[in-house]
Amino acid sequence: MQLILNEEEQMVRESAQSFLADNAGPSLLREIRDSNNSLGYSEKLWQQMIELGWPSLLIPEQFDGLGFSHVAMGQIMEQAGCHLANSPMFATAVLGVSILSKEGNEQQKSQWLPKIAMGNLTLALALDETARPDPLNIATSVTKSTDGFILNGNKSMVIDGQIADQLIVVARSSGKPGDRQGISLFVVPRKTAGVEITSTLIMDSRITANISFSGVALREDQLIGTIDQGMDPLTSALNVANIHLSAELLGIANECLHRTVGYLKDRKQFGVNIGSFQALQHRAASLWSDIELCKSTVMAALRSLDESAADASLIASIAKVKACKVAQLATNESIQMHGGIGMTDEFDIGFFIKRARIAQMLFGDHRYHLNRYAELSGY
Amino acid sequence: MSDLTTFREDTRQWLEEHCPASMRTYMPESEKCWGGRDYKFSSDDQKLWLMRMADRGWTAPTFPKEYGGGGLSKDEAKVLKEELSAITARAPLASMGTEMIGPAILEFGTEALKQQHLPAIIRGEIRWCQGYSEPNAGSDLAGLQANAEDMGDHFIVNGQKVWTSYADKSDWMFCLVKTDNSVKHGGISLVLFDMKSPGVTARPIKLISGRSPFCETFLDNVRVDKDQVVGEINNGWTIAKYLLTHEREMLGRIGNVPAEKTLSERATASIGLKDGRLADSALRLELAEWEIDFQSHQLTIERVRDETAAASVGNSSAMLKLYGTQLNQRRRELLIASEGFDAMTWKEDSEARLWLRSKGNTIEGGTSEVQLNIISRRILGLG
Ligand SMILES: Cc1cc2nc3c(=O)[nH]c(=O)nc-3n(C[C@H](O)[C@H](O)[C@H](O)COP(=O)(O)OP(=O)(O)OC[C@H]3O[C@@H](n4cnc5c(N)ncnc54)[C@H](O)[C@@H]3O)c2cc1C
Repeated sequence: MQLILNEEEQMVRESAQSFLADNAGPSLLREIRDSNNSLGYSEKLWQQMIELGWPSLLIPEQFDGLGFSHVAMGQIMEQAGCHLANSPMFATAVLGVSILSKEGNEQQKSQWLPKIAMGNLTLALALDETARPDPLNIATSVTKSTDGFILNGNKSMVIDGQIADQLIVVARSSGKPGDRQGISLFVVPRKTAGVEITSTLIMDSRITANISFSGVALREDQLIGTIDQGMDPLTSALNVANIHLSAELLGIANECLHRTVGYLKDRKQFGVNIGSFQALQHRAASLWSDIELCKSTVMAALRSLDESAADASLIASIAKVKACKVAQLATNESIQMHGGIGMTDEFDIGFFIKRARIAQMLFGDHRYHLNRYAELSGY
Repeated sequence: MSDLTTFREDTRQWLEEHCPASMRTYMPESEKCWGGRDYKFSSDDQKLWLMRMADRGWTAPTFPKEYGGGGLSKDEAKVLKEELSAITARAPLASMGTEMIGPAILEFGTEALKQQHLPAIIRGEIRWCQGYSEPNAGSDLAGLQANAEDMGDHFIVNGQKVWTSYADKSDWMFCLVKTDNSVKHGGISLVLFDMKSPGVTARPIKLISGRSPFCETFLDNVRVDKDQVVGEINNGWTIAKYLLTHEREMLGRIGNVPAEKTLSERATASIGLKDGRLADSALRLELAEWEIDFQSHQLTIERVRDETAAASVGNSSAMLKLYGTQLNQRRRELLIASEGFDAMTWKEDSEARLWLRSKGNTIEGGTSEVQLNIISRRILGLG
């Protein structure tokens, strides 16, 4: 496995780096937050991303996409972490596209994927029902009706649920919460009778949705994949999601280190730069080392999505554990090493810790994935 | 690409035919092959395997063919490594020669030095030790005092080295000496001499593990010919730093010995499962975290190699050393925690001895604190 970027991936990285440095960053996030923007992202930034072709990156060429690698998309996610750039990219072009291109039938793929590639369709995955993520803990139910299904239940923390054109709903078609069997996936237009959406502002200044489904009527062709067999495709989609979130967390950690080292060289106390104190040097050096390890796992995880048909569960959990722990350390250390100014709203460093904790918790934090790793390893 | 595929196929076939079956088993520490003049092979197969690999130069795969090396490109060497590990082939030679002084001679030595030393290093005929540290020069290595007096065509060396690993079992030493006392870093030279030279005495030191892998080495009027200086006189510090990079990279791989059972398999065998999970729930998560960190570190070694075109990984070696040695210590702690009192007996190959020995990992080759200093200064630019 090659753990370095090829030319195409390097190009994507550089373009993401320079584009987001110019057009996103903490100042944009501050603007979005302070203007009570109801989207939780900048529509202008999203339109620019569409022009750059980003939503089409993972979509196969036969469906009008670019057919690039996960490694390439991971570069964008990492830079989105550095520059705190929010947009429908993750829920639509990473998570949604993964589910559709893997599990959708030909008709569904040709109906949705080209629209996503053009930037004309957004998706959201309606999965979590509890405050701590657990994909098996699904109570939302679908029952057979004469000409389809009836959907009932509640979802929370749905990323982009308040704006997505189509919701991918994870529901239980048989069994009880906790069972692997009996999970099914459906595409449901957000604007459907019986679907009620409440927006919730979360601490990273993004907006997610709580969604209730009451007696929502679904047609047969809204089912993605096979009835009762949704857990495997959901697991692969969550592996993809966790690996890309790890890339974002890596970007956050790296940016925090970069900003902190800059501050250590700048800030003077006792007549010298605080960066001349060995106590701080060693903490920064040790953080740098941890980030180097995280870089390798993210890279290997992205590559294994591209290279192997085999289940990526193990490497996804490795990447997420490492990224969560490193991002947690980086964000905490960066506030501490900035002293009082790091605690102020006026200073940017605080934005990173808020986004990091959300990205850590999404689809399982490091504790969840440590446990999962041990389970997958048979102990 | 296709060249590499051919190389892989040829290599696989050659290994299939030439690697003795007993050399495809996990290697206990006691069966490591060190080579050297007085080396007693632990089996005929061990000797045969060394000879066969040395004949191809594959004990030093990237060294030029003219000195007996394999002449392989970086990519070919990677393939060879993969094919060796695919059949769990033992390393044919563990050597400070191929890992440390060999690369330095190749990079900085005269043609005559290369001719004299490299073939014997590659064939495992001469075993080397490293004479850097002194009683008053540890982390502050450049403060060393062993004195080399200029006698025209040779030096006379006087001084004391300490912590010299395997000095009592080695044939030659690469040694840092002072050739100009008026300056610190700029007055150091790297010299080579035979441990049988008159005036060299190595006295073993016993460690907390009860073993004596290293020595105090006394140098009493030892004659060193000037053609045994590596690089320029007074330019030894540059070479020493280059060598330390190799040493760190090597130590960074310290925990990466193929073993019959993984850590979690050993823990499971000792502790047992309850409802499919390791019966000690706290240890279970520590194990999982160690395994994840270990794999991250392995991937990092690979990534850093992929990223650097040169043979040496430069300053990243400080990070690889720092992390790899900590991981090895964590592994040893987890092993004795998993196996309890069974691991704490005082037998010859007991886990307790390995655990105690691992405490030195974060000291040898430059302490962890020194690695953090290097990263802060050279990579982060703090100071
Ligand atoms: C198992 C083993 C094998 C060895 N093999 C060899 C060998 O083959 N050849 C050889 O030449 N040497 C060898 N060594 C020696 C080794 O390189 C030294 O022990 C090491 O460099 C530390 O030097 P010291 O022991 O004098 O400790 P000191 O330098 O006295 O350090 C004591 C403590 O102070 C800390 N410290 C020192 N300076 C700083 C600083 N600037 N900032 C922060 N903390 C600092 C250190 O990190 C350490 O914790 C070996 C050592 C061991 C343990």
